[in-house]
Amino acid sequence: MDIASIFVNTAQALFSPVTIAFALAALGLAIHFGFVGLLNFGIAGFMAVGAYGYAISTLTFGFPWWAAFLASMAASALFAVLLGIPTLQLRGDYLAIVTIAAAEIVRLLLLSTTWIETTGSADGLVAYANDFRSINPFPSGVYGLGPWSYTANQFWVLLFGLIILAVAAFLLWRLVRSPWGRVIKGIREDEDAVRALGKNVFAYKMQALVVGGIVAGLGGALYVLPSSANPMLFATSLTFFVWTALLLGGAATVFGPLLGAVIFWVLQAFLGSLLPAMAEAGLLGALSSAQAGALRFVLVGILLVVIVIVRPQGIVGDKRELTFVRK
Amino acid sequence: MSGSKPLKKAPQKSTGLHVGDASPGVKKVDPILVADHVSRKFGGLVAVDVEHVEIPRGAITALIGPNGAGKTTLFNLLTGFDKPDTGTWSFSGKNLAGVPAHKVAQMGQVRTFQLTKALGLLTVLENMKLGAKDQTGESLFQSIFPFLWRKQEAEIEERALEILERFKLLKLKGDFAASLSGGQRKLLEMARALMSNPTLVMLDEPMAGVNPALTESLLEHILDLKTQGMTVLFVEHDMHMVRHIADWVIVMAEGRIIAEGPPEDVMKDEAVVDAYLGSHQDVDLGVVTGRITLPKGEK
Amino acid sequence: MKSATAEDPTFLAKAMKVFLIAVLALGGVLFAAPAIADSVGEDFENQVSGNVRNEGTPLSGVRIIIEGNGYSAETVTDGDGKWSIGVPEAGTYEITLVEDTLPDGIAVLEGGSTQTIEWGFTNSVVWNFFIGESERNPTSQLDQFFMRVFAGANFGLLLGLAAIGLSLVFGTTALPNFAHGEMVTMGALFTLFLTLAGVPLLLSFPIAVALSALFGWGLDAAVWAPLRARGVGIVQLMIVSIGLSLTFRYITQAFLGGGTEQLPGALGSPEIPIFRTVTLSVNDLVSMGVSLVVLVAFAFWLLRSKMGKATRAVSDNADLAAASGINVDQVIRVVWIMAGGLAGLAGILWAYFRPGLKWDMGEKILLFIFAAGVLGGLGTAFGAFVGAMIVGVLIETSAQFIPSDLKYVGALVVMIVILLFRPQGILGRRERIG
Repeated sequence: MDIASIFVNTAQALFSPVTIAFALAALGLAIHFGFVGLLNFGIAGFMAVGAYGYAISTLTFGFPWWAAFLASMAASALFAVLLGIPTLQLRGDYLAIVTIAAAEIVRLLLLSTTWIETTGSADGLVAYANDFRSINPFPSGVYGLGPWSYTANQFWVLLFGLIILAVAAFLLWRLVRSPWGRVIKGIREDEDAVRALGKNVFAYKMQALVVGGIVAGLGGALYVLPSSANPMLFATSLTFFVWTALLLGGAATVFGPLLGAVIFWVLQAFLGSLLPAMAEAGLLGALSSAQAGALRFVLVGILLVVIVIVRPQGIVGDKRELTFVRK
Repeated sequence: MSGSKPLKKAPQKSTGLHVGDASPGVKKVDPILVADHVSRKFGGLVAVDVEHVEIPRGAITALIGPNGAGKTTLFNLLTGFDKPDTGTWSFSGKNLAGVPAHKVAQMGQVRTFQLTKALGLLTVLENMKLGAKDQTGESLFQSIFPFLWRKQEAEIEERALEILERFKLLKLKGDFAASLSGGQRKLLEMARALMSNPTLVMLDEPMAGVNPALTESLLEHILDLKTQGMTVLFVEHDMHMVRHIADWVIVMAEGRIIAEGPPEDVMKDEAVVDAYLGSHQDVDLGVVTGRITLPKGEK
Repeated sequence: MKSATAEDPTFLAKAMKVFLIAVLALGGVLFAAPAIADSVGEDFENQVSGNVRNEGTPLSGVRIIIEGNGYSAETVTDGDGKWSIGVPEAGTYEITLVEDTLPDGIAVLEGGSTQTIEWGFTNSVVWNFFIGESERNPTSQLDQFFMRVFAGANFGLLLGLAAIGLSLVFGTTALPNFAHGEMVTMGALFTLFLTLAGVPLLLSFPIAVALSALFGWGLDAAVWAPLRARGVGIVQLMIVSIGLSLTFRYITQAFLGGGTEQLPGALGSPEIPIFRTVTLSVNDLVSMGVSLVVLVAFAFWLLRSKMGKATRAVSDNADLAAASGINVDQVIRVVWIMAGGLAGLAGILWAYFRPGLKWDMGEKILLFIFAAGVLGGLGTAFGAFVGAMIVGVLIETSAQFIPSDLKYVGALVVMIVILLFRPQGILGRRERIG
């Protein structure tokens, strides 16, 4: 077993654009579920809208990178509004079903050949990052130290992503500590009580849905910026991985989703290297290395079950802050 | 609950609230809330069917009646928490029919709930601050800039502490509301409702589940509301409380109003006694409420 | 968390609701570009291509549709009459030349306008239709419609088997079971392993169903009942079901890999003419027959047996049922056994319908099982059946009118609309407010 390469793969996941994108998605979901209590099982749909929003506005409409980001955010916001207006009054379990269906509709629409010139259908979209790369302040070369080594473009995406993540986390932190956050907290526990105090509960929920949606959409855009956009990326499994990351870290906190995302991806990378290596070394019986790779997702599933029962507040969360846990 | 300690000083009752004879739907000299033809059915069951009712301003009105009479439903309808099948009503002249619950609250008509809704995730002080109106900090964009709302927040906190002091909850200001006793939560809910300077305070069974030792305190606070110029409408089963502090009593049964008047008169009203005790035991309550008309000659 | 108010969204919100639905429902039709690229799916390794010519003259603008294995794509011939469609794997596909897009008086002369592609030894296959002057049978569209209705009924029946279990689980435990898709996959998986182990096919079916029922029993015994006893909240239970779905889906992938397996006899089932030019394969007929028999038997059990009546009682109102002396936990256990068995059977039929067994085959139809249950009314078994038939036929027949790869969108839109306007579904009862 090549311990060194397992270590390298694992360490790389610590600072990878994918991890950052994931952290943004988890942050968005934290706003929806952790802070407002909305059962959004369609976060992958928001990520898809954000990702394709960026790609399409660049490729079809020729937007420069900053306009493409704005368009991506606008698309996410619009999706949140369209989704929210009819569904925010639904009770929890129905909302869960509707959001999964909505995300799947988005994926099917992107997969369809009907608009293939714009969406690329099953082949997806590529080559939309050129303008973004053109503003890269780092000259070409190799950056990083030790196990972390990036090309200039990869490094740029990483840094850019980190900045966006920091800004988003900071803004959320501010929001949570403000009177707006106080209202949201009240809504999470008991909508009617807050309504009776004169607050327009629907408006607050919509605002949270939009803000969370924009953050998750940015996550989607950063997810595909280094590579290519493809409907297969935004399947329901992605939503459930984001949920695992969120619950692992701590749903009703700002730091929790970040921590959860990092741990999740590091674990993925670790198991993704370790398990196939173990299989090849014959330690996993008759399993091939490809099969062993699938095992890590089995462990994700088990992890999700265990967390939500044994420690639903996650690593950094406070159990008293939770409203979805019955005593 | 009769036999509890009398209040420190006998409450000053308001009189002369009505115009003409006291009967169901009688006009008031200065009504703060006027409702017409309000009805609500659940499936085939008529929950509320009120022809006309007026709530007098600046007085304490009690809404009583046996279980299932429709009191809480009427509450929900008037405060926007439920939609009526028919009906119009106005609050200080403003039409409220169809107005959503949060707007009703903003207009100065606040309510509490039968099952107390003290928000356990928040501290006592945070609960109070939540009750304040027109907070700049509650707007999404402005909330990110604390300098925009810090001053107002300090003012709100000052007022909150003041009210908490009055309600003797000041010591608990940093505790999570979840850790309060049932009676303390009731007080908190009432205190919180006062943060928005309401004109009409509607209390849904304020005494329910409250330790008898706290009843006196609650009664004093309710009387205090009247002293400060607010109108109070409360639903109750505790007749002792009603007799003691209510200026006006409205009696409901089977969704209709069957009697109105000062407490002593209403308590003696035959229809009211029937509704509660059923002394006309061979006759359906529906005869009393007017739901059923008997052929002439029968009683 | 549940709101007891009837706060009405403003007129704007209502208008936006209607607008949203209109956009979703019509989007596929309104915005469908008539001219699609002549080659689709270039990145796929397997390619089907052809050349549409009438006596040497290339015909452009002719629509070709390929469907199968849960994949569908279509394209239109270019100026040289050429077209090419890439497919994810060398599986069984049906290729249709839409005769309406041929010039007048020209039709497919041999083999019918819909044919089954056969692969050779390579990754690509050329498939040409023999066309020429002919009286195009004007009712072939109608026949195609009938074929779709039958396909929809077949799909609807197997969907119904799965949806009944989902609906009853929801009715008795208030849990929307997001792992139901995996319970479907299990049936097919068990059958595959049994046949690979040498068990005769006809025996492996009932054994696989029994194993699936056992799987359902195991889930309740090991996971759901203990969690219920602990008083774990419904949101947590939903997330547990998601965790279980991930777990079992990837265990399946670990065993099956990413490819498609076929159960014995899935391919090459002889077509039997039914009426006009409508044909059904033997597999289709057997599948529908089995579904109907099982559904009738289940209905009998639900209506007549003591346990069945108890199940309906619990599904209707668990507290009332408990107060009448029914052992609710026992009923729930039985429901999970039934749900497991029915889902397993649905999985076997789904493996023959697609045709093909894949690690995520259950997940692919999970949302349609939900759609069926929601449409019919979650909590009522009959509703699940009705909902499933409607969803199945809707999906298949909608492909006649909208681009075939959007046919699944319609069912999902219907489900969302139902949840918005009539959440109790067709046969469910409206929950009393407050």
